[in-house]
Amino acid sequence: MKDILRLAIVLTLITAGAGLILSLVESVTREPIAEQRRLETLRALQAVLPPIDNSPDSDTVELVTGKDKKGRETKRLFYRGRNEGQLSGVAFKVVAPDGYSGNIFIMVGVDASGTVTGIEILNHAETPGLGDKIAHEGFKDQFKQKNLDNVDWRVKKDGGEFDQITGATISPRAVVKAVKGGLEFYRQHQQEVGQ
Amino acid sequence: MNLAAEFSKGIWRENAVFRLLLGLCPVLAVTTSAENGLGMGLATTFVLVNSNIVVSLMRKLIPAKVRIPAYIVIIASFVTIVQLVMEAYVYGLYKSLGIFIPLIVVNCLILGRAEAFASKNTPFLSIVDGLGMGTGFTLALFVLGAVREIFGSGALLGFSLFGAGYQPFLLMILPPGAFITLGVLLAGMNKIDSIRSVTRS
Repeated sequence: MKDILRLAIVLTLITAGAGLILSLVESVTREPIAEQRRLETLRALQAVLPPIDNSPDSDTVELVTGKDKKGRETKRLFYRGRNEGQLSGVAFKVVAPDGYSGNIFIMVGVDASGTVTGIEILNHAETPGLGDKIAHEGFKDQFKQKNLDNVDWRVKKDGGEFDQITGATISPRAVVKAVKGGLEFYRQHQQEVGQ
Repeated sequence: MNLAAEFSKGIWRENAVFRLLLGLCPVLAVTTSAENGLGMGLATTFVLVNSNIVVSLMRKLIPAKVRIPAYIVIIASFVTIVQLVMEAYVYGLYKSLGIFIPLIVVNCLILGRAEAFASKNTPFLSIVDGLGMGTGFTLALFVLGAVREIFGSGALLGFSLFGAGYQPFLLMILPPGAFITLGVLLAGMNKIDSIRSVTRS
């Protein structure tokens, strides 16, 4: 009994010490980590939006997109880019759940008329050398100047106008579908995203 | 045993990857490029040296019956510190190493050195042991990553080697490439060792 008590006390002291040190490190790194994440979002926003002079990450609207399996509301954040106070573009994140391996997270930028100004692949786990070409400039650039009316939103293999990638049709197909879904949602809710 | 031998055993004779085949999960998974291998190796070395120091300092305080949970807590704390610091100051590397940083906790190399060496030796010797083992591990990851990057993307540390016309040998970056490269390197090391022992006798 005495032995067990001694073991418990030693382990408690070690874990308490570890907890103390970790909370110190966390408090030092909290600010830089938040800043790194903010900068990452900001870089993606600047890449997909037309020239802006505000910080879109502090000028946002959140809209309900639907309900998930558990009945909770799913939301999407719209970042508003402005130039001299005028709304010049809106950016939002979409998720392509049907990539080749895991979800693909995409930032989409559109101008006031709903035409794409650029897309950025934020995160993906597609096959290196094949599916990961969705993150290359050549693939992303073909979305520029496209809107729901001026192009068939399918990859060429399916009869549309977007280039697939040799050896990888699934990843581009997922991206095209997700961007299209995002544009449709934006068109329906453009008023709510506002000026 | 002198200090130099204590340090160098981790690089060749008891190399964690090529001799003991320890901690292969991160070895095979992150070595898609030389930079990733180097980053993972250095992070592991940092954890290894620090956990060796703490385990060695506390070797008389930790009762034998609870030593394994105690080591795990110490190792996990250092891994969390590495993870937080990397996310705060080297965000790019943090993103590419991703989920493999938390997995340093279960790298049996680190627990193995705590159990087999640091718990029986002085802090100073444990630092030397950790540095040697860590250097060997880092070198192994760097070599594996470099070979796979050269063949798989035609580059080394991000610099293109063969010009734009090079058609990358994709298999080398995909998981099978890790096994193939490791196998070839192991064969090479065994060959060198057998030549050495022949010349000695």
